[in-house]
Amino acid sequence: MNNIPEVIQTIPLDYYLFFSAALFVIGIIGVLTRRNAIVIFMCVELMLNAVNLLLTALASYRGDANAQVFVFFIMAVAAAEVCVGLAIIVMTYRNIRSTDVQLLNYLKW
Amino acid sequence: MQEIVMPINNQGMALLCLLIPLLPLAGFIINGLGNRSIAKGLVSFIGSGTVLASFLITVYLFLDFTSNGSRAYTVDFYNWISVGDMRIGFSFLIDQLTLLMMLMVTGIGFLIHLYSAGYMSHDENFGKFFAFINLFMFSMLLLVMGSNYVMMFVGWEGVGLCSYLLIGFWNKNTSYNNAAKKAFIMNRIGDLGFLLGIFLIFITFGSVSYPQVFAEAANYTGGIDSGVMIAITLLLFVGAMGKSAQIPLFTWLPDAMAGPTPVSALIHAATMVTAGIYMVLRSNVLYVLAPTTLEVIAIVGVATAVLAATIGLAQNDIKKVLAYSTVSQLGYMFLALGVMAFSSSIFHVLTHAFFKALLFLGAGSVIHAMSNEQDIRYMGGLRKYLPITFVTFLIGTLAIAGIPPFAGFFSKDELLAHVWEHNKLLWGLGMLASFMTSFYMFRLVFLTFFGTFRGTESQKSHLHESPFSITLPLIVLAILSTVGGFLGIPAVFGEGNHILQNYLAPIYSYAQVANAAAVAPLHLDHATEWMLMGISVAVAVVAAIFAYVMYVSKKTVPAPEGERLSPVHNLIYNKYYIDEIYDTIIVRPLMWMSAVFHRVLDTVVVDGIVNGFGKLTTYSSRTLRYAQSGMIGFYLMVMVFSIVLILFLNFFIG
Repeated sequence: MNNIPEVIQTIPLDYYLFFSAALFVIGIIGVLTRRNAIVIFMCVELMLNAVNLLLTALASYRGDANAQVFVFFIMAVAAAEVCVGLAIIVMTYRNIRSTDVQLLNYLKW
Repeated sequence: MQEIVMPINNQGMALLCLLIPLLPLAGFIINGLGNRSIAKGLVSFIGSGTVLASFLITVYLFLDFTSNGSRAYTVDFYNWISVGDMRIGFSFLIDQLTLLMMLMVTGIGFLIHLYSAGYMSHDENFGKFFAFINLFMFSMLLLVMGSNYVMMFVGWEGVGLCSYLLIGFWNKNTSYNNAAKKAFIMNRIGDLGFLLGIFLIFITFGSVSYPQVFAEAANYTGGIDSGVMIAITLLLFVGAMGKSAQIPLFTWLPDAMAGPTPVSALIHAATMVTAGIYMVLRSNVLYVLAPTTLEVIAIVGVATAVLAATIGLAQNDIKKVLAYSTVSQLGYMFLALGVMAFSSSIFHVLTHAFFKALLFLGAGSVIHAMSNEQDIRYMGGLRKYLPITFVTFLIGTLAIAGIPPFAGFFSKDELLAHVWEHNKLLWGLGMLASFMTSFYMFRLVFLTFFGTFRGTESQKSHLHESPFSITLPLIVLAILSTVGGFLGIPAVFGEGNHILQNYLAPIYSYAQVANAAAVAPLHLDHATEWMLMGISVAVAVVAAIFAYVMYVSKKTVPAPEGERLSPVHNLIYNKYYIDEIYDTIIVRPLMWMSAVFHRVLDTVVVDGIVNGFGKLTTYSSRTLRYAQSGMIGFYLMVMVFSIVLILFLNFFIG
């Protein structure tokens, strides 16, 4: 049985790069265009995962474990962030009966 | 040969020396902090008591000094300033000159404190007055006792400050405040010269302590009249000009009469204004090395004496007349310094302190009786109402006019004899001033005490002799003005009887080494001396008779305000318009320049920059706040584009 880096290396590096770039851009566009807080949140997660994928791919191609450790950290932080973020969204919904970020414009000049 | 001044190693004596200035300082602190909460009786007790204690200690010190062979010593307390090679100690120099000045300052100071207790008793700021006058005593003692130029400067500034505070003592009156400011600013001009002189002394001799500087100067190799010596002495003299009210810095002194009368007596007649003479005398070794400066001093002195005397002829304010006579007498003292009659100068300082303090205190007594009227045109006939004041004032007048056997005769005669030997023209001018002095002083006496009363009825009903605390100092000073002259009996009455000159001889020992010719004793044959004495007495008497004829026989009263005067009379009545001239050529241009700088530099440039920053911040904030729209989508977009921009910049520039 081949080990995981070898499995990863069965696909050329370029593919990973393009794929994560595409995921990342989709995430950005989602963040910029959508108004629903939950969707924006999901798009942010998408961007995080695009980065995670890129880190893992490069780690196995370059034989460097540091990046993989880093991925674990990102996942842990992302989990914490989801916790807080979803709690905020729930509170927002309870207050304004909506998750539309455009409605949250009280804090301005 | 020269004795070296040794530090004293007697702790007890050192403590006593320290107590002399510290007691008035303690008085200042107590009375100053407890201004209105201490009872008036206690205030005057503390104020006068501390000065009396200083006086008694000084007397003890003096007796101890003379009984121990009159050896000068220094009292070192601690190292005050030490920077690099410069060591300035907080120490006192006790020698003949210091002791003489200390006796004069504390003695007359005590009498005037006593007088103030009566004179100022109705003033609400009684405690403040005593606090200031005690502070003055402290500063003046520091000035005369200090053993280096820096300590003298500290005292010098201290007395200047007290002078300012006391001239403006009644600070609710704007013109008094202006007089105080004028005195302060004019003194600053002089002080700048003094300070530069001290710097130059330090550069030249590497020290500012008297024993070291004078020892160096005695062996000075630069020769007589070297440029640096002239510069030092001239700069020091500029300081003396300011403090001792010489041309061109004399106009503050007549204005200083705005202060309470005891202040005029103590500060602006007897003690502070003689600080300049003390300083020149203290630096006598430097001055004998620069005869050119001495010439300048003699000319300035005689010019001041004559100018002030002419102005005194036409003044109608009793204190103004005395103020101009003070300026004139100070001119005499500088004239004496200029002809290297150092002992005569200090002799005149001493006798002048007696009779001028007496005259001012007498004037104060008159003003007190007249319910604050100072104009002699509204006085007259006061001799019946104020007998003690009249007699003592008359003694003071006889003394200042130079009529034997009163004190002023001896000192002025001796002084003018030296001038005669030095330069006949200066002597002639001195005689002229002497004539005028006698005239205006007798004019003052005749207008005030003789004739009929010219004031209002209500003033007349209030006329009364002053209380004991006022008359006692008058009597003591009158006695001193009578016998003070016997300290310096002229040579015709016995060679070597000049007590003061013999006493002061040691302080010229360095000068003797530096320039022996300069300090040679006076040698006039007796016939000349008799002649000079005769002339000076005759001049004084003739002037007195003139005044008598004019103001008693003919009952002339000076013209009231606003009446047309002859051009000459008008000129001197208005003090030669010197104040106006200064105003036009110095004050007004300075004001104008300040106004221009204020308008251009301050309001436009400085305020422009400061306000500009403020306006910029306000404006940009006002504009930028619209960026905070509250739209999260917009924030996110800005964030993304910014990150992209940073990445781009990082790639293509970094």
